[in-house]
Amino acid sequence: MSEPRLSVRLQQAGPIPLDVEFQCDPGQVLAIFGPSGSGKTTVLRAIAGLYRPAHAMVRSGAATWTDTAAGIFAPPHRRTVGYVFQEYALFPHLTAAGNVATALGHHPRAERRQRAAALLGRVRLTGKSDRRPHELSGGERQRVALARALAREPSVLLLDEPFAALDRDVRRHLQDEIDTLRRTFDVPLVLVTHDVEDVARLATHVLVIEHGRTVACDEIAALMSRADLSWLREAVGLGAVFDAVVARTGARGLVEIAFDGGTLLAAGHAAVAGARVRVRIPAREVILATREPEGLSLHNALRGIVAGIHRPGDLDVATVQVAVGGVTLLADVTPDAIDRLALSVGAPVFALVKSVSVAVLGQAPLVAPRG
Amino acid sequence: MDWPALRVSLALGAGTIAILLPLGVWFGRLLAGRDFPGKLLVEALVTVPLVLPPTVLGFYLLVTFGARSPLGQAFQAVVGHALPFSFAGLLLASVIANIPFMVQPIQRGFEAIPGDVRDAAACCGLSPWQRFLRIELPLAWPGVLTGAILTFAHTLGEFGVVLMVGGNLPGQTRTLSVAIYDRMQAFDDHGAGVMAATLLVVAVVTLMLTTALSRRASLRRV
Repeated sequence: MSEPRLSVRLQQAGPIPLDVEFQCDPGQVLAIFGPSGSGKTTVLRAIAGLYRPAHAMVRSGAATWTDTAAGIFAPPHRRTVGYVFQEYALFPHLTAAGNVATALGHHPRAERRQRAAALLGRVRLTGKSDRRPHELSGGERQRVALARALAREPSVLLLDEPFAALDRDVRRHLQDEIDTLRRTFDVPLVLVTHDVEDVARLATHVLVIEHGRTVACDEIAALMSRADLSWLREAVGLGAVFDAVVARTGARGLVEIAFDGGTLLAAGHAAVAGARVRVRIPAREVILATREPEGLSLHNALRGIVAGIHRPGDLDVATVQVAVGGVTLLADVTPDAIDRLALSVGAPVFALVKSVSVAVLGQAPLVAPRG
Repeated sequence: MDWPALRVSLALGAGTIAILLPLGVWFGRLLAGRDFPGKLLVEALVTVPLVLPPTVLGFYLLVTFGARSPLGQAFQAVVGHALPFSFAGLLLASVIANIPFMVQPIQRGFEAIPGDVRDAAACCGLSPWQRFLRIELPLAWPGVLTGAILTFAHTLGEFGVVLMVGGNLPGQTRTLSVAIYDRMQAFDDHGAGVMAATLLVVAVVTLMLTTALSRRASLRRV
């Protein structure tokens, strides 16, 4: 049996320049991350068959959807794609149930109503199935769009800026929801976003693009510990992202989390012991020391080794990579500090992190174990 | 009240809609879609009956339908009588004169559908035909209805083209608007008044219907 992996290669010089190649396996979440206007949505549209780049290859499992070299192009309605559009693009004349049922054409007519109701229940919209889109809130519309995308029983799920129009609380909820759904459906999921929190919360892999071209593509922890991604630095600030497990909770408003390199104390999250979590530590919140400091309010002094130093020529900030066990943290410091501390690759160092700077982001997306 | 004239007017309105509605939907959607070479010219030609004096339009139609034109000869050969000054000729003229009234609102209706909604329909697995019937047509429906109503109202009121192409044959080509003119010529103010009031009522009701429909449509798009 061939693995239902999504593989994509897109190339063209214009009108929208594209040079992108990636694979995404079931259970993985690939976040396409980059500045607005960088061609992120175009990549999704090309996967769905809504856009035809000059040179393209799109395969889902054994099915070839696009192969410009062989002259193959399957129209969008013949691709089993679940697409959640940025503004949701619900059908305004149909009810929530009607919207979902529209994507159930592959089931007998008699079953569609029931299946639509079940899918709406799954996104916690039972009782709102007779509402039309304009009678629903932003978050509810988004969930209808999600249910509609799942109704297609897609072999690929595409989400375009799914949280852009939502306020913080709704956003958090939906991130959890999408994460849960992803586990149950087990298909490759490609997410377009310009928000680093979305990426840190949901992604297993990240593709950074600028002007349609791949800047970096890697597994999230590896990519987020890179010090040389200038767009990432300017737009959102660098910061390590890694998975951890909640070891203990509740002690004096702190959570103890264990990661591949030791333990960390994070401030006040109501996490459950044993839960897998995603952690992000912004580079500009990390202080470096050559000796273990005393008499500080600080909770976390992590013993590590300088793994790399990146000094962008035009900036007065340098980024130091610190290997703490299997995790690489990033610290933004001045070039002056590097000289004063005589930091060099291989030197032992302490990374100092305030407990309030440790962002614990819900449950970590589990990568389903494969073959 | 000239009842045969009212009957001709209503038959002309209904006939025009019956012929023009499917054509208008097809053509309006075509024009609402992506650009093609010559689209500007086609759009100008669609609009031109709106700005031309009815007599100019009538003149050209008369020449096109006449016994010396290929169309006129073909019609004569098949049906057995000439196209001008017959109900069939009048109907054909009415269809052509009404193209902008039917096509433009329908085109606007299709244009108002967001591109993402069309794309979403495709991603839901709907074929182009299913997309048209289940998503696009219902969403463009207010435009289609507006086109049909405007066409009907305009047909009832048309005067110049009717007189030029149809003449004034009672029971065949004499419409209500021509009959009003007739009554006035004969100093029958009362008869003309009744018919004029009838047309006025029809026009007002039509405009109210159109406004109500477009308002409902805009509510639905919130």
